[in-house]
Amino acid sequence: MTETSLAGRDLLDLQTPTREEIGLILDTARSFSEILRRPVKKVPTLRGKSVVTLFYEASTRTRSSFEAAGKYMSADVINISGSTSSATKGESLRDTFLTLQALTADLVVMRTPFSGACHQAAEWVDIPVVNAGDGTHEHPTQGLLDLLTLRDAKGDLEGLTVAIVGDVAHSRVARSNLWGLTRLGARVRLVGPATLLPPDADRLPVEVYTDLRAGLEGVDVVNVLRLQLERQSRALFPTAREYSRLFGVTREALKAAKPDVLVMHPGPMNRGLEISADVADMPRSLIERQVTNGVAVRMAVLYLLLGAEGK
Amino acid sequence: MTETQVMDAGEVRRALTRIAHEIVERNKGAENVVLVGILRRGEPLARRLCENITRIEGREVPCGGLDIALYRDDYSVRQTPARPTKLQTDVSGKTVVLVDDVLFTGRSVNAAIHALMDLGRPDSVQLAVLVDRGHRELPIRADFVGKNLPTARAEHVHVLLREMDHRSDDAVVIAKPEDGA
Repeated sequence: MTETSLAGRDLLDLQTPTREEIGLILDTARSFSEILRRPVKKVPTLRGKSVVTLFYEASTRTRSSFEAAGKYMSADVINISGSTSSATKGESLRDTFLTLQALTADLVVMRTPFSGACHQAAEWVDIPVVNAGDGTHEHPTQGLLDLLTLRDAKGDLEGLTVAIVGDVAHSRVARSNLWGLTRLGARVRLVGPATLLPPDADRLPVEVYTDLRAGLEGVDVVNVLRLQLERQSRALFPTAREYSRLFGVTREALKAAKPDVLVMHPGPMNRGLEISADVADMPRSLIERQVTNGVAVRMAVLYLLLGAEGK
Repeated sequence: MTETQVMDAGEVRRALTRIAHEIVERNKGAENVVLVGILRRGEPLARRLCENITRIEGREVPCGGLDIALYRDDYSVRQTPARPTKLQTDVSGKTVVLVDDVLFTGRSVNAAIHALMDLGRPDSVQLAVLVDRGHRELPIRADFVGKNLPTARAEHVHVLLREMDHRSDDAVVIAKPEDGA
């Protein structure tokens, strides 16, 4: 059977997995997308398994997509959100995880505003932990669905040039994307104002551009990040209007890229700010396909992590 | 392991020709018949049966592959890689002939029946296998059998196919564990 197995493991980031492990998740997700097109989209595979989603931050698509993935695979999904959990009574994260384990949860999906909290939690419990976004660190399932969407559209990612544009410093999506993309052989550019680029950019396997036109020159794919106004404690750019004028991805700006350039956005979009409405709705934009692939990728992650050791 | 060959390429070919005739005879033609191979080794066998029936009846018969990884009852013991199910046609209202290489405990066929029912409502489901080696654990039997092969439970039966085993010819072999192994 397969030599690569993720059974019993955690999914905390995309910096750790090998090319083969990423490939296994993407291949499995590809075969699951057929289930999503069936009249009855449910398979009995994870019957009797319970998946807890623990979200300490707002989210519609990630949480509902994990919940849908679990339910389509017949797992029991229990949702706990930060505002209704005992965290409001002062319970520590460690006690919360030990409680979930004692409740016989088989896997915990966590989103947290604290970078690294998922790694920490994974050390406390024996069950698999899936990072659904930790602070400004990583968001591996978003990275995986972006890889799947791109692989569907382009075939092989080897040798493609991908520009990640915008608020890279605050973006866990950007980090997961850059590790996953480079692992699969793509070249990554980070494009944005210097104040929104990560301070450690020179240690990452990327090229850095502070000019949008230069950064988009000849690229195959543009991944537009959301401007994370909620994470900005200081003014990192003068006004939203100026940001939009200098770094907003418009049809005009895309003229610098390859003619068949593909546009992605992890959502939710600030239309008219980081992305113009006509680009968001452009036929070459993959944004809706990203959402559907999100469910397939999360089904694959649950299936592979909850499985027994391969034989 | 000691291996003994029990069918050669000619015997496999003749068995598949006979089964194709039996399928056509039982169903009075092939008008409503769909062949569905259980992945992985059932699929190339289903395709060959399809070609045979097309030759006999002079009409195309739809043929596809069914992945049962998500329906297995031993998911908690071992994980099978999942592959896409590809059927050319809706199975509702059809006579579906499931095709597999070896019929052993019957658990794969049971999983396949459940997988099939989630895809539609066939009029009837029949089962064709190249080898029936006995040791059933469920009340399941084949309608069409290439060869009945008495085996010991500890033995392994391998159907080797030119489509997937990098071979020039098909064969069926029994592998016996060494004494004391």
